[in-house]
Amino acid sequence: MILLVTGCALAVLPLLAILMHLLREGASSIDLNFFTQVQKPVGELGGGMAHAILGTAAQVGLAAGLGVPLGLACGIYLAEYGGRERLAGPVRFALELLASTPSILVGVFVYGVIVVPMKKFSLFSGALALMVILLPLVARTSEELLRLIPQHLREAGLALGLPRWKVILSVVLRSAWPGVWAAILLGIARIAGETAPLVLTSFGNPTFPRGLDQPSASLPLQIYTYAISPFDEWHRLAWAGALVLVFTVLALNAITRLTGGSNERRRAD
Amino acid sequence: MKADRIFIQILRAAAGVSLLILAAFFIQMFWSSLPALRAAGMSFFSGTDWDPNQDVFGAGAFIYGTLVSSLLALLIAVPISVATALCLTEIFPAKIAGVISFLVEMLAAIPSVVFGLWGVFVLSPLLRSSVQPFLSERFSWIPLFSGPPLGIGMMSAGVILAIMITPTLTALAREVFLSIPTLQREAAQALGATRWETIWIAVLKNAKSGLWGAIILGWGRALGETMAVTMVIGNRPQISASLFAPAQTLAAVLANEYAEATSDLHLSALSALGFTLLLVSTIIHLGAKFWIRRGRES
Repeated sequence: MILLVTGCALAVLPLLAILMHLLREGASSIDLNFFTQVQKPVGELGGGMAHAILGTAAQVGLAAGLGVPLGLACGIYLAEYGGRERLAGPVRFALELLASTPSILVGVFVYGVIVVPMKKFSLFSGALALMVILLPLVARTSEELLRLIPQHLREAGLALGLPRWKVILSVVLRSAWPGVWAAILLGIARIAGETAPLVLTSFGNPTFPRGLDQPSASLPLQIYTYAISPFDEWHRLAWAGALVLVFTVLALNAITRLTGGSNERRRAD
Repeated sequence: MKADRIFIQILRAAAGVSLLILAAFFIQMFWSSLPALRAAGMSFFSGTDWDPNQDVFGAGAFIYGTLVSSLLALLIAVPISVATALCLTEIFPAKIAGVISFLVEMLAAIPSVVFGLWGVFVLSPLLRSSVQPFLSERFSWIPLFSGPPLGIGMMSAGVILAIMITPTLTALAREVFLSIPTLQREAAQALGATRWETIWIAVLKNAKSGLWGAIILGWGRALGETMAVTMVIGNRPQISASLFAPAQTLAAVLANEYAEATSDLHLSALSALGFTLLLVSTIIHLGAKFWIRRGRES
C-alpha cells in the first residue's frame, strides 16, 4: 500500500519540481523588455521574446483558422453522416493515424511538400504543420461529443421542418458546443507548445518576420535556441520564455477543465 | 434541400482533405527516402555508422538509441503509472483522487521543449552529481553503469521520457481499472481477501490485457518524442553498453540534422529514418488498439 502511494507521489513530483524551477529561474527575468524586445546579438545583455510571442500567435492563429473549421467539418461528417457514407471508415482511420504520428514527422512531411518547392522556410509552412497536428485533435473529439447528443433533439428539429444542415449547426453542434469549444482550446494549447515540426518548417528567426513567406520565430523554438546555446544570458531568457509558455498553456488547460470541459474525459491516445 | 446537398458536399470535401493529407504524408515520406534506401539497400538498417560527409548512412545506432531510451522509460514509468492509477481508482477518496488526476493531466500539458530545458539544467546535473556516481560506485561491474558519469546521455533521456509518458500511461491504466466491474472486487472481499489481495486478484489480474495495450501505446508515445530527448541525450549516434554514454534516437536526429542537411542523399537518408519511425509507430499503434479491443471482448 505504501509502495502504491509512493508511486503516486513520484508521478506528481516532477510537475511540482518543474513549476518550482520555472518560477525560481524565470520569474526574475520577466519584465517589459521581455515582451517588447527581440533577440540581441551574442554578448549583449538583455533582449526579449517579442518576435517569438508574435510568431507563435501568428502561426497558432493561422493553424487554428484553417484547422478548426476543417476539423469540425470532419467531426460533423463522421458523427452525423458516418453511418451511411463510404468515406467515413477510411477518414476515421486516417484521423486516428494522424493523431498517433510523432509530431516531428509532420515537420518532415511539410518540409517535403511546402518548404522544398518554395525553396525557403516560412511562417506559413509552420502554420500548416501545426494545422496537421490540430486537425485530428478537433475532429476526433468533436465527433465523440456530437455523438453524445441524443437522437430526439435531431428528430425534433427535423419535425419542425428545419433543413438538415440547420439542425446540425444550430441544434446539435450548439448543444455540444461547450465541450467542443473546450476541445478546441485544449488543441490550441497543445500546438502552441509544439517545437519539433517548426524546426523543419518555420525554422526560427532572430527578429520579426516580414511576411508569411519568411522564416519565423516562435516561443517554443526560441526557448530551444536559447536553451542549447552556451550563454548564461540566453539561458536566463529560456527560463523566462518557458515560464510564460507553461503558464499560458496550463492556464488554458486548467480553465477548460475546471469549467466546461471537466465532464468529458480526455483520451490519452 | 439544395442547401443540404451543398452542406454534405462541403463536409465530404473536408473529409477528403484529411484523407488526402494522410495519403500525401505516407507517399511523401516513402518517396523522399527512396534514394537513400536504394543507395544503401538493407545495410541501411543493419549498418551502425552514420557519416554524412562520407555518404555512409546506417540507421543501427538510431534504432538502438530509440529502443533503449524508450524501454528504459517504460521500465521507470510503468510501475509508477500503475501505482498511481491504482491509487486513483482503488485507494484514495474521490476528492484527493480528483486533485491528483488533475495534477497528472497538467503534467501532460507541459510542452516537450520545457521538459528538455528542465532536463538540461536540473535533471542531468542531478544525475551526474548524485545518481550516476552512486550507481557506478556500487554497480560498476554491470556494463550498464560503467564509464564516467556524464549526466547528458541515455539515462537522462530515459528518465525524461518516463516523466513525459507517465500521464498517458496513468490515464490509460486508470480507464482499464475503471472498466473492471465492482462485482469482481466485492467477490474477492467476500472470500476474505484483504485490500491488497483484492487489488491483486480482482483488479490487476483482470486488467492484464488492457494494461499491455496501455503499455504499448505509451511505448509508441516514447518512440516519437523529439525535443526533450534531443536536448538531453547527447546527440551522438553510437551504440554503447553504458547508460551514462551519449546516444541518439530516430526522432532526435531529424530535429538535429534535417534543416541543415549537407547533401540530397543526406536529406534522403534522414527521411528514411523518419519513414522507419513512421512505420514503427503506426504498427505499434494499430497493434495496441487491436490488443485492447481483444481484451475488451474476452
